[in-house]
Amino acid sequence: MRVSYKWLKDYVDIPVPPEELAEKMTMAGVAVENIEYPGKGLDNIVTARIEKISPHPNADKLVICSINTGSEVLQVVTGAPNVREGQVILLALVGAVLPGGRITRAKLRGIESYGMLCSAQELGLDPENFPPDQREGILEFPEDTHLGMDVKELLGLDDAILELELTPNRADCLSMVGVAREVAAVLGTALHLPEIAVREIAESINGKVSVTIEEPELCGRYVGRLVRKVRIGPSPVWMQRRLQAAGIRPISNIVDVTNYVLMELGQPLHAFDYDKLQDQAIIVRRGRPGEKMYSLDDVERELNPEMLVIGDAGRAVAIAGVMGGLDTEITEGTTSVLIESAWFNPASIHRTSKKLGLRSESSARFEKGIDINGCLLAATRACQLIDEMGAGETVRGAVDNFPRPQDNPVIRLRPERVSLIMGVEVPGDMIKEIMERLGFRAAPEGKDLLVEVPTRRGDIALEIDLIEEVARLFGYNNIPTTLPEGANTEARRTREQVITDQVAGVMVECGLMEIITLSFMNPRVFEMLSLAENDPLRNAVTIDNPLSEEQRYLRTTMIPGMLDIMSRNTARKNADLAFFEIGRIFSPVDGQKLPRETAALAAGVMGRTRGGWNTEPVPMDFYYLKGVMETLMEALNIRKYSIIPEMGNPAFHPGRTAILETAGERIGIIGEIHPGVLEKYRLNERACIMQVSIEGLIRASGGVRRYSPLPRYPAVDRDMAIVVGRDVPAVEINRVIRKTGGELLQDISLFDVYQGEQIKEGYKSMAFSLRFQASDRTLTDEEVNGIHEKIQQALKDRFEAELRS
Amino acid sequence: MREKLEALKREALDRISAAGDLNLVNEIRVMYLGKKGELTGILRGMGSLSPEERPVIGQLANEVRESIENGLNSKTAALKEAEKYEKLDRETIDVTLPGRTFNVGRRHPLTQVMNEIKEIFLGLGFEIADGPEVELDYYNFEALNFPADHPARDMQDSFYIGDGVLLRTHTSSVQPRVMEKKAPAIPVKAIGLGKVYRRDDDATHSPMFHQVEGFMIDKKISFSDLKGVLLIVFRQMFGEDRQIRLRPSFFPFTEPSAEVDVSCIICNGEGCRTCSNTGWLEILGAGMIHPNVLKMSGYDPEQVTGFAFGMGIERVVMLKYGIDDLRLYFDNDKRFLAQF
Repeated sequence: MRVSYKWLKDYVDIPVPPEELAEKMTMAGVAVENIEYPGKGLDNIVTARIEKISPHPNADKLVICSINTGSEVLQVVTGAPNVREGQVILLALVGAVLPGGRITRAKLRGIESYGMLCSAQELGLDPENFPPDQREGILEFPEDTHLGMDVKELLGLDDAILELELTPNRADCLSMVGVAREVAAVLGTALHLPEIAVREIAESINGKVSVTIEEPELCGRYVGRLVRKVRIGPSPVWMQRRLQAAGIRPISNIVDVTNYVLMELGQPLHAFDYDKLQDQAIIVRRGRPGEKMYSLDDVERELNPEMLVIGDAGRAVAIAGVMGGLDTEITEGTTSVLIESAWFNPASIHRTSKKLGLRSESSARFEKGIDINGCLLAATRACQLIDEMGAGETVRGAVDNFPRPQDNPVIRLRPERVSLIMGVEVPGDMIKEIMERLGFRAAPEGKDLLVEVPTRRGDIALEIDLIEEVARLFGYNNIPTTLPEGANTEARRTREQVITDQVAGVMVECGLMEIITLSFMNPRVFEMLSLAENDPLRNAVTIDNPLSEEQRYLRTTMIPGMLDIMSRNTARKNADLAFFEIGRIFSPVDGQKLPRETAALAAGVMGRTRGGWNTEPVPMDFYYLKGVMETLMEALNIRKYSIIPEMGNPAFHPGRTAILETAGERIGIIGEIHPGVLEKYRLNERACIMQVSIEGLIRASGGVRRYSPLPRYPAVDRDMAIVVGRDVPAVEINRVIRKTGGELLQDISLFDVYQGEQIKEGYKSMAFSLRFQASDRTLTDEEVNGIHEKIQQALKDRFEAELRS
Repeated sequence: MREKLEALKREALDRISAAGDLNLVNEIRVMYLGKKGELTGILRGMGSLSPEERPVIGQLANEVRESIENGLNSKTAALKEAEKYEKLDRETIDVTLPGRTFNVGRRHPLTQVMNEIKEIFLGLGFEIADGPEVELDYYNFEALNFPADHPARDMQDSFYIGDGVLLRTHTSSVQPRVMEKKAPAIPVKAIGLGKVYRRDDDATHSPMFHQVEGFMIDKKISFSDLKGVLLIVFRQMFGEDRQIRLRPSFFPFTEPSAEVDVSCIICNGEGCRTCSNTGWLEILGAGMIHPNVLKMSGYDPEQVTGFAFGMGIERVVMLKYGIDDLRLYFDNDKRFLAQF
């Protein structure tokens, strides 16, 4: 909403400049987003009369004008084609700064010139805001215009336009009078609203118009007033200026009046050419299937029963509240006008205007709800303005079909409740005064006030609505700052939250960077990951109205998001990636409205660790990521878990993938991404990803950590190197060593795995360091040798392991 | 003989003092004190001395041996000491060379700020509540007093998943969920943080973003308490000098409602580009929980009152780090992530 400060001052006393008014309104809840000064920079431009025009001795296209500014006569050379003697024009004096540059004393083809005649464009004004014959060439004004008048005053540009950013509840401020009421309440100053009454002619409206409302739910009131002897022409300049200030283009007197009343009172009006209405009937009804109508913008509109339509006896003549029809439009030949002032259902108008893609000043107001009790007054105001400008005569009486009359609600307001909500004692008489400033009648009843709220404030229905009015006019910043009293609360993270934070912490300690990806999933992912037709990951939650097909699903896996980010970084030459993400994955649940949402951890690595002149980079491969996983298990104190080779996952390398199991439950997968998938993601290096269910980790974690005493007797370390078949899993060897070593075997650590020269094809060498220790004595060599040999024998028996010397 | 001994001593001490390394010192030791050494040689001639002379010369010879030995020892010590220094000197490294490298992990800036917010509110006694990202229309809108025809409920603005189910458009949906579970118990103090979704995608909107919602319900909670709590929060987040300013606003689920501004964290309220020269940053929406909302979730608004507030995380992170492009958050460029 654009509000002219000058226009506003007609309705309310404003003893402060626009900037201060803007600040005060903003702090009271009607935000002024911006102040525009339309005359900004337009200085030294005045009205002047061309007294005499003489030819330029050196140029055919130039003339020399003697121009009277009221105080002096100046010589100005111009090339403007439409100049003539006696014309009143705008002269930019020497020193004026126009959008095209500063005006200086100049010699044009040898003749001195002391200024410039101005066109709308040269002044930086929108030519469309001027009558058609003035849109090009210099602007011309009536001959009786006072000379030497500043352009800002002349064109009403000595104004400030406040741009209001209204919250949806304040539809009452979508009019000048509405804003004026607000200003009066904020500043506590007096209102001067227009006195609305019209001179009526003898002819009565009785029998001239029949109004039928077929849909009282959608049209709560329909007022019609008839104007005769209409003379179509331009509206007065003052009205045009005000419409322009509000951002509305002047068209003709009748249309301008309807727009003026819209801006002034917030009531949208429509003017029909009365003589073109079939049977002079107005029928407010639903559109008919297949019904068509040309709207004012000359577009054929298809109507339907969802839309509310204004019809005459035979056809649709307007789309209610949205746009009028072409057939009954006001034209130069119009002599009788029916003015419509109605209340339409906001939701219905919203639907229709959206459906048609038509939004107008009118539909915007109907949508937010207008004052149903203001319809008649607005129609009368229009007639009054038409009458005052001599553009028509008003027929006596009005048609007022008002199926759902509404009284002003009366709301009980308890001062102690005001104080409780605000947290500050507000005296009862202050509350009453605030109500009255708002134009609400407030009658005391006991300690309380009974407040009658006019229907124009459709946002106020409850006591709390009135408390908000008190609070905002009291001033939010005058309310003190306190801390809540009352019982203490116990606030701590839940176990789930603690563990989730711990998981993230381990990832960071392992050198991984956190990423956050969108929760959406592209349907193409299924093919990218080579998922089988019946893969459960294909069972995704589907969004009905995604922004694009790529965001059709909610993710069922974190892996594509990780791959996308690895791919994007790779494309940008960011090598050596180590990322993790914690987020939710979604899967539909039969028979339930809401899907299952589970938290998951994804971690992905590719390339090598950071190296340096003295640091050998480590490849971030499967074992690197597995190390991260093991660190996580260690940190969460999850001791019982297994890593089981997994060959069946199509997205992963069949020989380099494993399942993470705890207590027989699969809670994660870790592996190298399948080369085919890498290729589809344009990844030119091996990448490893793991995904682990956070819920799974939470279930598995939580064993109590117990201290075990530090050993008091020395340990004996022995190395052992064996050669076994390539396919013997390390975990099996480990198990046999541990089992055979018994309780004296404290620790096994694998320090070398080797295949290649000196080792038979199909075999690998593995070297372990074994630590033996007893808690009650120093072990003898004989004892250790005995166990060591037993282990060797067991490995030989079980895996045909050969000892390497 | 006496002269010989004196000369020998002088000669030996001269050599010792001139010796530059330990080998030479050893050679000198052998040369003078060894079995075939010169002092031994001289002493061998003792037999030819008279019995009166013998003890005198013997004593002198011992003195000479002693002073040569002392000379040798102190020279050895001096040389060893010098060698230590030399070794340290040889071992000097360029301490300005870069150190060994590690992979450094980091939290995403959005998570970092969310964690900071969690800490602040835990300290104030607020619990951290959770709610689903796919939410029922009831919790996202209806229980928050949104009218049936509210524009936000439109397909235009929210992502729908079948009838009455949508991606939550704000973390406010956590509020009725928690209230329902706790009602009619008081006090209730909770925050909910996380992802929210709206059908918008341009330079200043992402279809997914993050919010924090917080609320408190008790007997006699007032608007002034809301101001007090928010002041503490902003001072903890942005520094002790912060001021707050509240402007009336409108949200369906709070009344009175406010937009809360914090004095600009860049210019301290002087006016700069970040705050569009106003000195204030619009940062949070808040208000007193609407009686209808309390009622719908099982509280009697005549008995208890409460406040609620909601804030976008992305904006806070932008302000905190001077990030100028929202899209960087979900772009996850390593070079961006490495900065926080």
